[in-house]
Amino acid sequence: MKSLKELKELRESLQKDMSARDNTDKPKIIIGMGTCGIAAGARNILKAVLVEIEKRELDVNVTQTGCIGMCEKEPLLDIKLPGKDRITYGNLEEKDVKKIIIEHVINGNMVEELAIARFEEGGE
Amino acid sequence: MNHSIYRSHVLICTGTGCVSSGANTLKTSLVDALEKHDLVGEIKVVDTGCHGFCEKGPIMIVYPEGVFYCQVSGEDVEDIVEEHLLKGRIVDRLLFKEPLTEESIPAYQDIDFYKKQQRIVLANCGKINPESINEYIAVGGYEAAGKAITEMTAEEVIEEVKNSGLRGRGGGGFPTGLKWDFTRKAAGDKKYVICNADEGDPGAFMDRSLLEGDPHRIIEGMIISAYAIGADEGYVYVRAEYPLAIKRLQIAIDQAEELGLLGDNLFSSDFSFNLHIKKGAGAFVCGEETALMASIEGQRGMPRPKPPFPANKGLWGKPTNINNVETFGNVPFIIKEGAGAYSSVGTEKSTGTKVFALTGKINNTGLVEVPMGISLREIIYDIGGGLNQGKKFKAVQTGGPSGGCITAEYLDLPIDYDSLIEVGAMMGSGGMVVMDESTCMVDVARFFLNFTQSESCGKCTPCREGTKRMLEILNRICDGEGKEGDIELLLELGEQIKDTSLCGLGQTAPNPVLSTVQYFRDEYEAHINDKSCPANVCEGMASAYIIDEDTCVGCGMCTKVCPVDAISGKPKEAYVIDEALCISCGACESKCPVSAISQG
Repeated sequence: MKSLKELKELRESLQKDMSARDNTDKPKIIIGMGTCGIAAGARNILKAVLVEIEKRELDVNVTQTGCIGMCEKEPLLDIKLPGKDRITYGNLEEKDVKKIIIEHVINGNMVEELAIARFEEGGE
Repeated sequence: MNHSIYRSHVLICTGTGCVSSGANTLKTSLVDALEKHDLVGEIKVVDTGCHGFCEKGPIMIVYPEGVFYCQVSGEDVEDIVEEHLLKGRIVDRLLFKEPLTEESIPAYQDIDFYKKQQRIVLANCGKINPESINEYIAVGGYEAAGKAITEMTAEEVIEEVKNSGLRGRGGGGFPTGLKWDFTRKAAGDKKYVICNADEGDPGAFMDRSLLEGDPHRIIEGMIISAYAIGADEGYVYVRAEYPLAIKRLQIAIDQAEELGLLGDNLFSSDFSFNLHIKKGAGAFVCGEETALMASIEGQRGMPRPKPPFPANKGLWGKPTNINNVETFGNVPFIIKEGAGAYSSVGTEKSTGTKVFALTGKINNTGLVEVPMGISLREIIYDIGGGLNQGKKFKAVQTGGPSGGCITAEYLDLPIDYDSLIEVGAMMGSGGMVVMDESTCMVDVARFFLNFTQSESCGKCTPCREGTKRMLEILNRICDGEGKEGDIELLLELGEQIKDTSLCGLGQTAPNPVLSTVQYFRDEYEAHINDKSCPANVCEGMASAYIIDEDTCVGCGMCTKVCPVDAISGKPKEAYVIDEALCISCGACESKCPVSAISQG
């Protein structure tokens, strides 16, 4: 370790490994992983999400939720940006994931054609 | 699938407490289950140090949700993996339930045990993997050392520590900055820094948990201290009976050396620092600084008179700064966040926080860190969850064998160094033993004196002979053979030993006796005058049990459990206890279905 600057750079490169342990004020991606979701392919959606996050080095939390009653629309995926409404996307295929991540998580614009519901802030 | 990013981190506490309640088996089952469900690349399993809530171990925290599971066993793993990690459904039955409301609480920040705590020293304990320097660096570790070495002069570091108001956490409460200043100003080109981890008070485990849970923080504190006083070598004196702490500290030292955070020319400066571990054999007296240094030098661990103080003449005759584990644990925060941020916590004369090991007759046993000035009531009832089985609070013993008792009338006393001394107790290193109405205070005093007497090194007469005589008197009182004048004799001896002993061990050994006499003199008098132990603890004095013949249904259950065959009678008639044979063990009382048995 030659300098404080070098140490701080090392810290920044290591911080992403700890990202999952910080759940404050971060975009959340929530995947419907009830039996219905899994049957409809939610595991592959989840894996696709992880691939995108890693590729784009995003600092987000990925969590799962159980069945919310819209089984015919599974797989479902919710995006909750800090301070924004929670948006639910349904009938997803793996290829949709990339679009949602780029448009919604990164650029902050809801993907209208895939969205099926909106929950107001605090209504999680 | 192999990601470098994990969507979820599962933290398992592998401190000594949780390991003894089965954390290692739990971890093996979890790793197996993750493999079975093809989740290995998505979910990371992390060993951490102590979360403090040892009572509820093994403890597991699942991130990003931050769900706190307690008393998790190998059989629960399948549920956690299938329900929570796969489907996102929290396993309700493993959540912590508040004892009073029976309410399940998923996030640990919301549990009463954690709510009133303020974690500075323990900030990383239970949050990072203590065997990974990368995790320590990821949370900002070693940046305080870097800042001190590259941006501050040694004098500025000392000034900052002085301004923070930090006082020695080993128990004495001496201002840390002043101690560093003395050592810096002492003449000599070779100086040492020592970390005193010879934690020996019965019921205390603060230093062990800190070394197990966040060893890099202690190393960083020592680096800063060494830089400030001009030392290039240091020792951590830790007892051999802390194998996990030693193992993790050694790993941490090796990692720091590899990254160039220990060794020569740190941060390209001309400051060098090397650190060694010295294992102690577990003698209590080696917690005394001069005895500790004698032990490092390879001599018999015995104290010597002070002055000269270690700051002038310490290890191998060189100026030496010696601080407790927790004291060093505070230093990185002070340097990084500033003296003002630190002194804004706590009281005017006792700044910052204090770590306590909460044990005894209390619901939530564990390790807690609270701001100075908090009341005992908050620690015992809000954090500690009150007393076992709703029993009545009698006293709390702080400072271990050197300390004293605080009684119910002082429950609202703000806890700091000076207030505790005023009421005849002391901060000590942080052991806090809670006692209820079923505790005999004479017996407690005897327990601690027996401890110090056994640990007396024998060098000076007052401690060697004096504690022995005091113990004889206490044994006599507890055996029902106390004489009039015994209390006065104890007080006289105690004061003499305090005034004339060579080191801190002897100077404080009488404290548990003096303090219990001060607050519970009536219990001593009952033992001596009435030959009775009010708490029914002292054997040979507890009165025999009797059976109420009107209530007895003659079931005979009591005869089956009596270990000395003192109960006789015929079925369906009232049974009788032979008082001469009864040893007052109480086995019959707990077995009687109609509560006909009580102590006479």
